[in-house]
Amino acid sequence: MKVTLRIFRFDPSVDEAPYYQNYNVEAEPYERVLDCLNKIKWDQDGTLAYRMSCAHGVCGSDAMKINGRCALACQKLVRECEADFILVEPLPSFTVLKDLIVDLNQFFERVNFIRPFLVAGEVPEKERLQTPEERKKMGKSIRCILCACCTAACPVANENENFLGPAPLVQAFRRIFDSRDIQKTQRLEQLDVEDGVWACLNHYECTRVCPKEIPVTKYINITKGEIKKVIGAPPE
Amino acid sequence: MEFLFDVLVVGSGLAGLRAALEIPTSLKVGLVSKVFPTRSHSGAAQGGIGAALGNEEPDSWEWHMYDTVKGGDYLTDQDAAETLARDAARAVYELEHLGVPFDRTTAGKIAQRAFGGHTRNYGEGPVKRSCYAADRTGRVVLDTLFGKALERKIHIFSEIYMVDLLVEGGKAAGIITYELATGAVHTVRAKALLIATGGFGRVYKTNSNCFSNTGDGVYLSHRAGVPLEDMEFVQFHPTGIYPLGVLISEAARGEGGVLKNGLGNSFMTDYAPTLKDLAPRDVVSRAIDTEIRAGRGVNGKDYVHLDLTSLGAEKIQEKLSDISSFARIYLGVDTATQPIPVTPTCHYMMGGIPTDLNGRVLNKEGLPLTGLYAAGEAACVSVHGANRLGTNSLLDLVVFGRRAGRAITEDIETLSDPSPVKDAQVRVEARIKAIKDGNGAKPSDLRTRMQLIMTDCCSVFRNQTDMERGLEEIRGLKDKYRSVSIDNKGANYNTDLLDAIELESLLGLAEVILVSALSRTESRGAHYREDYPERDDHNCLKHTLVTAGSDGLEISFKPVKITKFQPKARKF
Repeated sequence: MKVTLRIFRFDPSVDEAPYYQNYNVEAEPYERVLDCLNKIKWDQDGTLAYRMSCAHGVCGSDAMKINGRCALACQKLVRECEADFILVEPLPSFTVLKDLIVDLNQFFERVNFIRPFLVAGEVPEKERLQTPEERKKMGKSIRCILCACCTAACPVANENENFLGPAPLVQAFRRIFDSRDIQKTQRLEQLDVEDGVWACLNHYECTRVCPKEIPVTKYINITKGEIKKVIGAPPE
Repeated sequence: MEFLFDVLVVGSGLAGLRAALEIPTSLKVGLVSKVFPTRSHSGAAQGGIGAALGNEEPDSWEWHMYDTVKGGDYLTDQDAAETLARDAARAVYELEHLGVPFDRTTAGKIAQRAFGGHTRNYGEGPVKRSCYAADRTGRVVLDTLFGKALERKIHIFSEIYMVDLLVEGGKAAGIITYELATGAVHTVRAKALLIATGGFGRVYKTNSNCFSNTGDGVYLSHRAGVPLEDMEFVQFHPTGIYPLGVLISEAARGEGGVLKNGLGNSFMTDYAPTLKDLAPRDVVSRAIDTEIRAGRGVNGKDYVHLDLTSLGAEKIQEKLSDISSFARIYLGVDTATQPIPVTPTCHYMMGGIPTDLNGRVLNKEGLPLTGLYAAGEAACVSVHGANRLGTNSLLDLVVFGRRAGRAITEDIETLSDPSPVKDAQVRVEARIKAIKDGNGAKPSDLRTRMQLIMTDCCSVFRNQTDMERGLEEIRGLKDKYRSVSIDNKGANYNTDLLDAIELESLLGLAEVILVSALSRTESRGAHYREDYPERDDHNCLKHTLVTAGSDGLEISFKPVKITKFQPKARKF
């Protein structure tokens, strides 16, 4: 079938303003939007820039906005797109470096900020014990691939540039509810600030777009509840 | 610009990260990656990491070593297999201590499950040896090591491509890099250089590899004079989703999934009566292709079914949720009620840069090359021999990655500052200009042709006639590559240019694979010759080495290290 892709183009080194460019490709219904982008880049226009790597939703490179919704281009199939027309744009609220490539430095800095590593006490000879029930408390948070779709889709993150954002909060959740970590209180205190968990207003956009089906908003709310339980009432 | 480090690690997957974590903070360590570290292909590993912890049933490192040697069809260097198996439990406990969220037994220990080729008591039956976190074990280990690298404040340079590797006078001198964001070319010198750039499954049409797996580290080492070892051994994983190649982990069969042909028969009983669906990957891949060749593919097509329906929705959701979501997203298949169409997909390269047990790269004479190290899929220790067992790859990465890091730390005082690099940066800049000025074929056209040729003539089944034809065609593509042309003449984020540069690596490695495969006149592990269907220990129990000489590729051999287990017939 013939598919038209309308793609956001912007090369800050030569373009005064962003513009959209249409491309037509032949694609099978089972093919991915990423396959269409590759056909364009490889056969029609090598100037088109986007990131990609694993091509099956485990690395998180090709996050972008497809028909108005943040998604991975390697998980979105042609047959899911309406009327053979696909609008492709970069992740919103990030600075565009070229075409569909955005600047993720601040995003990764914020992931780094929440200390995305286990802080545990003494090292035993064998494994630290953890029951299946304790392990389950981390839930689907271990599925996060740091693709940034959630943060890009979040209306709060779009307006408040100081909001930590959903992805770092998921990363924090993973450590807070890891029974092996000994800094639960410190981690909760770090999030117990205006631009931490409390900035989240339950728009649920992060949950809607998460390509790994992580209940992001729910996890943020559970974290809020845990802060109330462990630390006390939130600031006014 | 020119940069100087004590240690430079190229590649940010598990091998590179684990090595970097082993190097003391007193040394200036840099880590360069084509992608962001969390995008590395180690993150795609699903099923688990092997270690004889004995948490679910009795197990021993000796059994693990034996399985690794037999799985590798006795081409495995047995000192390497012993190192791997003996160190496995420590390595897995270490990952647990660092934070990997392994699944747990009811007693709170690390849970384990069965995987292909792993057995109890020297082949009696399957054993639960794979330590796992659902079906995303590689991903969570990658996240854990990345977090640790952040904690250690290791300098990570993302989206930086190595475009040349310099070895001068038998010593590693440095690398030339291309910065994706700006197009800037830099010279980076280091006392010690670790190549951990992964595999190159992108040589084949249907593969499970990420787009970044183009084997740059392996090819550039080869171009700099390093011999490549056992390059004919290309692993095809039996269960790639048809037709995409996306992987369905062996864990699916470890948990009870069964392969069925077009007649609905579970055919593995005929090929491996003891281990059945849990036979090693080469055996299962050949069985599937044999069924398809005999016209017993599903609906007469070139795939078979992987049936998980007996597992039940709950178990699938708990232990195989990622792969069931792949089946749902890409095929619309509900794995709880419908079988998954699968076919062998190029997955892993057993061959690569030869190293000793400590990651030191060996020259043709078997002597360490000063300052150059390799680890992970780019390296050939050789711990996997002619066929790697599932779960031994993640183990290889953390065991030998760590050992390479330790060797660098030991050696660093004896390593002098790298000598200044002459002309290399100018040569690379001229090469980039030549690609931008080229007027020949597009990289994608040459790449597609290469992938079809390799798939056609050097896959699960091989023979001399097809491979000789393939070699001639690959050499023809190499000629055409000299005038390769691209649309994009720009400097920032020019992935068109990088496609062209990576293609040189792929074409060079395709040629080495074919030359190696033609030289091995026997069938062993993943290398099955229709014209030489038997294993030939008398003539071929040796490693292949291919070196880039002044008159083309030169073949030589080196002996296999045999310690505990004498080669015998390989039956499953």
